[in-house]
Amino acid sequence: MNHWDENAMGIRSDEEERLEPELREALGNFKASVDAWSETMLSRPRQVKAPTRASWNSLTKWALGSLVFAGTVSGGIYENHRQQEAVKIEAARIEDHQRELAAQHPKDEEDLMAKVDSDVAREVPSALEPMASLMEESENTGN
Amino acid sequence: MVKAAAEEIAAQDFDSIVASHRPQIFRFLLASTRDVDLAETLTQDCFLKAHRNWSGFRGESSALTWLMRIAINLQKDHWRNRRLQFWRHARTNSVDLDEASDWLPSGERTVEQQLLAKEKVAQVWRAVENLSERQRSVFLLRYVEELELKEIAETTGMGEGTVKAHLSRALARVRKEFGNNREQD
Repeated sequence: MNHWDENAMGIRSDEEERLEPELREALGNFKASVDAWSETMLSRPRQVKAPTRASWNSLTKWALGSLVFAGTVSGGIYENHRQQEAVKIEAARIEDHQRELAAQHPKDEEDLMAKVDSDVAREVPSALEPMASLMEESENTGN
Repeated sequence: MVKAAAEEIAAQDFDSIVASHRPQIFRFLLASTRDVDLAETLTQDCFLKAHRNWSGFRGESSALTWLMRIAINLQKDHWRNRRLQFWRHARTNSVDLDEASDWLPSGERTVEQQLLAKEKVAQVWRAVENLSERQRSVFLLRYVEELELKEIAETTGMGEGTVKAHLSRALARVRKEFGNNREQD
């Protein structure tokens, strides 16, 4: 026997008052089965699951993995950047050197020419004077 | 000092509320979901939420009505989230209808009567499964928790007329299930 059979539930709708005996009994049995199921489940020792810890574990693994990956990638990027900087510095150094050399080259040439001029402008040694006079003669004769 | 004492009294009150209403909340959620783990989780969530808001409970409705309202909202949220996560979590832990009806106590019935009664209970489960979320809540609050129509109206936030209409449709569904079964026999 349950509440529905005893009509002890207090306020009911008109429709509930007219419930067929078969339906009324089925509803009572339905309640009894839910009660029994619920009581059994409540009184059983509850298994302690640790899904949170498991998820924290996997979270930690993911975090560590990401950290290692990020470290590797950023290390590679830093190394690449460092090498590029060294190449740039070396290139700049070579360029400066070449520019210095280029700037120095005309000065050397001028020095050389000045030296040649000065050598030419020097008086002919006495031993070569007969030859010098021959050169002057040939210039005068047009040869 | 006084505040601490008041908090202790409130905590003691809450403990007694948990002890007296936990079975009902769990039973309602179990019948709604047919999933023991989910019902346990939602019951815990319900009391956690109630504890956080315990100071705001003014006793305008009964504690059970208030707790049931929280439980119904949690259940709604759960199904809403589940629908959103359908592709990620298509698996359900709900027991099947025959297993749910196996819990009927044998009482003083003969074996044949017991089988017949189980079959009827399974038909009620089938009807309940096909009800809308609101109809199911109203049906279970009435026929499992045995709340009065006024209490169901307070719990669900519906008018009494709406509650009656939902109950009527739910009963019609159970009758239809019985009728279908008779035709098959």
